Amino acid sequence: MNNFFDIRARQAAAAKGTAASSSKQTGTTENQRLQPWVEKYRPRSLDDVTAQDHTVTVLRRTLQSANLPHMLFYGPPGTGKTSTVLALAKQLYGPELIKTRVLELNASDERGISIVREKVKDFARMQLSNPPSGPAGEEYRKKYPCPPYKIIVLDEADSMTQDAQSALRRTMETYSKITRFCLICNYVTRIIDPLASRCSKFRFKSLDERNAGRRIEDIAKLEGVALEDGVVDTLLRCSQGDLRKAITFLQSAARLAGAGQVTNREQKKPKRTKIEDAEDDDEDIDAMDVDAKASASASSTAVTVRSIEDIAGVIPNATISDLTTAIQPTGPGTLYSRVSRTVTSLVADGWSASQVITQMYDAIVLSDEAIGDWQKTKIVLCFSEVDKRLVDGSDEHLTILDLCLQIAGILGAR
Amino acid sequence: MALLVDKHRPRTLESLTYHPDLSARLSSLAASGDFPHLLIYGPSGAGKKTRITATLRALYGPGAEKIRIDSRVFLTTSNRKLEFNIVSSNYHLEITPSDVGNYDRVVIQDLLKEVAQTQQVDLAAKQRFKVVVINEADSLTRDAQAALRRTMEKYSPNLRLMLLANSTGNIIAPIRSRCLLMRVAAPTEAEIMDVLAKVGKKENYKSCEDLERRIAHDSERNLRRALLMFEAVHAQNDNPSDKTSIPPPDWEALIGVIATDIISERSPARILQVRAKLYDLLTHCIPATTILKTLTFKLMPKIDDGLKSEVIKWAAFYDHRIRMGSKAIFHLEAFVAKFMRLYEGNLLGMDIDFDD
Repeated sequence: MNNFFDIRARQAAAAKGTAASSSKQTGTTENQRLQPWVEKYRPRSLDDVTAQDHTVTVLRRTLQSANLPHMLFYGPPGTGKTSTVLALAKQLYGPELIKTRVLELNASDERGISIVREKVKDFARMQLSNPPSGPAGEEYRKKYPCPPYKIIVLDEADSMTQDAQSALRRTMETYSKITRFCLICNYVTRIIDPLASRCSKFRFKSLDERNAGRRIEDIAKLEGVALEDGVVDTLLRCSQGDLRKAITFLQSAARLAGAGQVTNREQKKPKRTKIEDAEDDDEDIDAMDVDAKASASASSTAVTVRSIEDIAGVIPNATISDLTTAIQPTGPGTLYSRVSRTVTSLVADGWSASQVITQMYDAIVLSDEAIGDWQKTKIVLCFSEVDKRLVDGSDEHLTILDLCLQIAGILGAR
Repeated sequence: MALLVDKHRPRTLESLTYHPDLSARLSSLAASGDFPHLLIYGPSGAGKKTRITATLRALYGPGAEKIRIDSRVFLTTSNRKLEFNIVSSNYHLEITPSDVGNYDRVVIQDLLKEVAQTQQVDLAAKQRFKVVVINEADSLTRDAQAALRRTMEKYSPNLRLMLLANSTGNIIAPIRSRCLLMRVAAPTEAEIMDVLAKVGKKENYKSCEDLERRIAHDSERNLRRALLMFEAVHAQNDNPSDKTSIPPPDWEALIGVIATDIISERSPARILQVRAKLYDLLTHCIPATTILKTLTFKLMPKIDDGLKSEVIKWAAFYDHRIRMGSKAIFHLEAFVAKFMRLYEGNLLGMDIDFDD
């Protein structure tokens, strides 16, 4: 009996402790400015997740019922897989329980078979932690459903070894009463069949431009970054549907454009931190956004299209069209010297070869209608060979020169 | 006596001569206190390193220039000992992980963790974080890069990374997306001439514009090379004039000889002679891919235009082979033989390719 009260008392103390420590946390908000925007603007609830309607509807239903299947999320990078599962966990468990109920492992953690055997299994086996009891707990339960299972999130599951995946099979079944798995991967084919068949699959489709664009505009507004016309389109084009990439680019560009404005933002900080002391961290961040908005008027330099392209390492169209005109067969004799001069200056300017071939591919294969299908098929072969060589680490200068001359040869042969 | 390259290396961001907007960006980033991880890429001799040293100086003041070299020993998982040199100051350290080949992951993990877990000791330091400069980041193994990825996120309050690379191609996407990318393009010939003129003036060399122009042209937009050539010319001739010849480096001269050899006679006996020269180059630690590339470009002016694209094709092919294979001399010889055959075939007016 004595023991029991002890626990009560300890919990009460802990609750007090967290209240006290929350005032300390405001110190860390100082660092929030340094936080990547990708983390800062992760969706906080399922409603915030953009463009994945089907998945979100299904998951929202699980919020009402107390049941959840094992899940397998797959889709291209930057489409919100991790964000969705984190948002779901947050809504299910709330800030207190999430630490003890959710285990997140991603590829940067050691994840060989031994980890699956020990860490994952231990966590899966563990008893459920309880929501805080007493009236505070009642309140908490009302806010968050706290269903009786834990979630293990295995991010980038396709980079797990086959052995590690097979070791999961039995674990998933044995502890299914108290544990749910959520596997996240880019390529569903790399997940072994026995695992895939145990999960209900959700495909995340590539974000459509409208939704992604709106999200970027929102963030820019909240951060007080002025955008030039066309910046959003450029961002979307450079990032190829990967919202995370787009946001990172935006942040880097804003840093460069507004590097001088940081000081006045910092001056406002102390005032705010005192007011927000008692409130929880969601609101804290919202308030931060308001603050950022206030300083929006102060930052004068806008993010330009050029700076985005610079950061993304995109080669200006003029340079690429130089190259494509150089390889057109106009008059024999000068071809080599023309191509080699262009390629040499391209390499000296430091453009990365993989970027060069991506953009050349767009320019020649996708958008040049004048080239016949037969020639295009041959050209595509060259691209494939060159890409492989570059990945193997061949010399960029020789490889690009080779590619250009071969394409020129094919174009000349018609 | 220091080489001109080191003697006249700009020390501050303001004194950098070209790419003014890049310098402005770096200095505003250094002043803002919100300094991101940097990934600086560009061809060699473009001034990447100079820019980094100057940025460090802007971040920490002149203290960052007092460097020392320690040698550290790391233990690999199989208990092998690795000797590893670290260049460091109070505020930053500089490593070239590709020195230790496949074990770079161990070094990266141990060293960065150690650095990141200790806070800045010097209270007078301007920044709270320390900087780790990683040279030749593009030759890091995948494992090491993956290890870096976690470290970058976990320890970002205490640690900033500056990665130096020749190309971003071999750097995995997650690292690229965590860094601010900066491209340092090679200086144009005009910019090189400008630098040469300035250095010449400081050294009291007689100015000689035509010579400078030729050096700038021969250097292939590599500033370091241009300065070395400049110094060599002035060391060998007391009074260089417009017509002084610029001596190429020994190895380049030898490759030039090989090129003429190949063109003048195409026979198995000649391949044998060429092999001796190629071995000579290889034993002097000239990388096989450099030999191949230089040889190709030396051959280019000597052959018919129609043949050129074919030769480049095979050069690229054997370059790939050298990287993937284990013994370079095979592929170099194969290229020589291939070239001889192509050349012979072209002379005879044959257009048969026996490979298909």
